[in-house]
Amino acid sequence: MAETIKLKKQPKIIGSYSIVGPKEGKGNFGEYFDYVMKNDFFGEKTFEKAERKMLENAITGVIQNAKLQTKDIDIMIAGDLLNQIISSSYAARVFNFPFLGVYGACSTMAESIGVASILVDGGYSKNVVCCTGSHFSTAERQYRFPLELGNQRPPTSQWTVTGAGSCVISLEGEGPRITMVTFGKVVDWGINDVNNMGGAMAPAARETMLNHFRNTKTGPDDYDLILTGDLGKLGSEILIDLMEDEGITLGSNYGDCGQMYFKRSQQTLCGASGAGCCATVFNSFIIKKLQEKKYKRILFMPTGALLSTTSTQQGDTIPCTCHAIVIEA
Amino acid sequence: MEDKKRNEAYNQYVSAKIPKTHAWPALFNSFWVGGLICVIGQGINDLLLLAFPMLSQQSAWALTLIALIFIASFLTGIGVYDQIGKFAGGGSIVPITGFSNSIASPSIEFKSEGIVYGICVKMFTIAGPVIVFGVASSMVVGLIYWIISLF
Repeated sequence: MAETIKLKKQPKIIGSYSIVGPKEGKGNFGEYFDYVMKNDFFGEKTFEKAERKMLENAITGVIQNAKLQTKDIDIMIAGDLLNQIISSSYAARVFNFPFLGVYGACSTMAESIGVASILVDGGYSKNVVCCTGSHFSTAERQYRFPLELGNQRPPTSQWTVTGAGSCVISLEGEGPRITMVTFGKVVDWGINDVNNMGGAMAPAARETMLNHFRNTKTGPDDYDLILTGDLGKLGSEILIDLMEDEGITLGSNYGDCGQMYFKRSQQTLCGASGAGCCATVFNSFIIKKLQEKKYKRILFMPTGALLSTTSTQQGDTIPCTCHAIVIEA
Repeated sequence: MEDKKRNEAYNQYVSAKIPKTHAWPALFNSFWVGGLICVIGQGINDLLLLAFPMLSQQSAWALTLIALIFIASFLTGIGVYDQIGKFAGGGSIVPITGFSNSIASPSIEFKSEGIVYGICVKMFTIAGPVIVFGVASSMVVGLIYWIISLF
């Protein structure tokens, strides 16, 4: 049974920070990000080092944003898309607090916030930093082809976001409250096309959404916004269909970060993806709208595809997951 | 069993929903860019023969290939060839310039892992299969040719 955890003390998000690449800065959420990098290298020699530096800056930035100091942080929970989550671990190396690495692919932001709020709610930690990021060029090179190869992208493909988002969870301070957490099962409905992540992940979103609604006796109308991570154009349409089959109508209060991220002229086909996609939208636009009380209650449920290049080459299908958190203003 | 049925139904539903590539515009762009690359090649060949009348046709062909490979690698290096590829698809992959691009692009990409393990090892990640199949099929054709020549 997948349970929904109702947090008794309702930890708050007392600080948030987002940093993105130049292309992302020109996207639909451009004006909300805290920092837009001038180029994808970020002054480093390799893209991997740039991704790491992005995470380091996001961690430093969020601690400042929460008006805390490094010594006030009890633990950091972070993850990214690179093998052995090196960006997070290497970023953690420069800070003097414990580090828990988590991996939920593109759902990592919700997973880390979920774990962090439980730690804080239980009284075991005071201030917890959550951080997630991804980089277009490192992800392309790990999962797909070299950047300069002259091939065409299939119409279902999505564009990995270069960006990192972070937040601080604590009981003390002001900010939106985290009230519920539903961790997701791993769901696989037999899609093996790596260029169609939306199609592979939509069933995982369906599963978590159904569980969450059933456990909490709520429905789509109880939330000002239901936000998935990077299902993209195709995946979010599929999710709407799948929920319709269950008798649940997702209306205009449903949105997907990946679908909304880039402008149409930026030619990203099915939209944005990557761990940085929902992390940067959540820690900029969403948090600001919650602080302004434009949104009162949000269901944030990013999905993640838990595949590797090896499993793909061996012909395996794509297992996916989806973690949901409820945030209230 | 039920899962299998559900997965099959879901896969069918998803493939019906996937946005389709518009075949005719893609084929058209492919055709004219591919054709243009061939015309450029022929042009280089003819100019070579015009400039150096002593040159044999065989040497002119070899020099033309070298020139095309160089141009494609150069365009890959300055980040132009992937733009052409995005537009032309197969039109810029099939000619020898595409082969050059498929070797130059991983070389640039994996420079960060060093010369031996980066550039030299990764250089053939995309072009490797082409070379293997090229050599293997030439052996098969050679064998058939030899058998026929026996009679």
